[in-house]
Amino acid sequence: MLNGKKVIAIGERDGVPGPVIAECLEGAGLEVVFQATECFV
Amino acid sequence: MNFENQGVIKRLADQYGPENLAVVLGNSEASGVEVFAETVTEGDPSYAGPLAGVSLKIPVYHVLEEDVMAVVPEAMREEKLQLSLLVIDVEPMRQVLQAAREKL
Amino acid sequence: MTDLSSKAVRVGIEGVFYSLAHVPDLVRYGSKPSRELRTNPALEQQLKNQLRNFSAATAYAPHQVYIGNITPAELSNLQKPWYDKLIEGATSNGRFGDLVDQDRFYCQLGRADQFNLVTLEEKWRQEHAAKHVNGKATRVGPLIEIKTLCEKGALGLYAGERLVGAFEQGHAEDASLSADVLLENLAAKVTAAHSLGSLLNALKLSPEEIDFVISCSEEAVGDRYNRGGGNLAKAIAEEVGCTNASGSDVKAFCAGPMYGIVHGASLIQSGVCNKVAVVAGGSLAKLGMKFESHLKKGMPVLEDVLGSFAVILSQAKTGEPCVRLDSAAFHPVRGGASPQAMAESLAEKALAKLGMKLTDVDRYAVELHNPEITVPSGSGDVPRTNYMTLAALAVMRGQIKKDQMEDFVRTRGMLGYAPTQGHIPSAIVYLGHALDALRNNEIKNASFISKGSLFLGRMTQLSDGCSFLVEKS
Repeated sequence: MLNGKKVIAIGERDGVPGPVIAECLEGAGLEVVFQATECFV
Repeated sequence: MNFENQGVIKRLADQYGPENLAVVLGNSEASGVEVFAETVTEGDPSYAGPLAGVSLKIPVYHVLEEDVMAVVPEAMREEKLQLSLLVIDVEPMRQVLQAAREKL
Repeated sequence: MTDLSSKAVRVGIEGVFYSLAHVPDLVRYGSKPSRELRTNPALEQQLKNQLRNFSAATAYAPHQVYIGNITPAELSNLQKPWYDKLIEGATSNGRFGDLVDQDRFYCQLGRADQFNLVTLEEKWRQEHAAKHVNGKATRVGPLIEIKTLCEKGALGLYAGERLVGAFEQGHAEDASLSADVLLENLAAKVTAAHSLGSLLNALKLSPEEIDFVISCSEEAVGDRYNRGGGNLAKAIAEEVGCTNASGSDVKAFCAGPMYGIVHGASLIQSGVCNKVAVVAGGSLAKLGMKFESHLKKGMPVLEDVLGSFAVILSQAKTGEPCVRLDSAAFHPVRGGASPQAMAESLAEKALAKLGMKLTDVDRYAVELHNPEITVPSGSGDVPRTNYMTLAALAVMRGQIKKDQMEDFVRTRGMLGYAPTQGHIPSAIVYLGHALDALRNNEIKNASFISKGSLFLGRMTQLSDGCSFLVEKS
């Protein structure tokens, strides 16, 4: 599934922000090559 | 998805090969997710961004999907993601993203 | 619930005023529309076809809530879509706010301009002389001159198809003084000044009684060497006639107003000042931000208003609404960006300082963006997501059960109604209704929680936030 994939984390400020997705997936041993948080407002 | 992030994804796809990438989203609602998924699989549906007409076929997930949550260490899940499960309705997003992944 | 009132620090809120300047013919200069219209000029006519007039903007239910004629609770009973089900008999004067039409706004721009940036077409200016407030004469010129200025790069000020003015750059070689930047800044000055002047009138205060002005909107005032130098506050103070005041700007993205009030309240509490005005002007850059999705869905362009507000703070008076300065909370650097971490810093820990639980707050004001604007573009219902986050934290702490979350949201929250003007919807927009609800004893307190997306400035990945409690003294 995500195994062996490099991850691009696109978060949302009021949902789950980018840095949080990145920390969680790095914690899972995945490589996060980019993270950003979109703020729609 | 904003054009800058589309541009970065395109650059990373060129750098690593799209087959080696996965996008993981953190949207709070399903309404934006379908467009995001289409943007990195078939191309920007608004035909305006850097991924307009560019079909990367990168699989897209939401961080709160069961399969993604399962790989996150438990302590991290509880501290950083658990609350969001009470707030965000994941199922409609999972369905949209699952359908997009099956088309790849 | 422990009151800890021996340690309570209270600063009085004398009043608040909110204004919406309805500027449909400036939507084209919003950041998103100006970029999109450049790459796709055909969009311009589509955009023009879906602009609404002043009467439709006035009768728009969320705007009536904004200016105080309808409560947020009443809004939830009104038929949708709000842009279609307009309020009969709506007026542009509200309990604690108003709507200003475009003609009057152009006249205000002209009056506030001290650098010959604005030239109004002389015939149009004469026709609208009554809307021109007392003050210095505005620069006027014949239509031919206006057209020439626009051909040379000035921004055209339109009233429908009629060209009624030109807005020039401040310097040919300074990007910080380009016409679009200066229009954005002057619009913020003018809208904030209007709100402050209106508030002083409403409270029957003279401008000379204000000894400090804090401005907290999101523009950058400066030149190429001082791009964000700031102190728009003093320009606003001057415009309103607050001759005894100086000022300074508080910049914190959308959390600016909340920080502005904390700083202002601290000036009162310390005795440095007696009456502080905290003001914010509108964001021209955000006009038409989601216009494409509105056009696609056959909706009017809803982001056609510049939102502003003014609050006056002074010594607390017994029985009157106040800021609990001792409840002020900030999101620290180590705070963490997850919704849980933000809610812990800004709600849970902040309340714990006062010995309160999440369920001891009668009303929360969060990011109150109008969902009718945000949902069609896939941006979601921002207030609801924020309220559900607070409710979820209350569940995790055993203060409510999971099946009580919707009830928590319904009784302690509200529908969003603020235009997507960044700092304006971020909690502070509810203060007017909060003051009414406190005075009527409908609520004992209200928690204001705002967030700032600092990562947008590319200096940090961090999010930020500021909160405080408001209650009766």
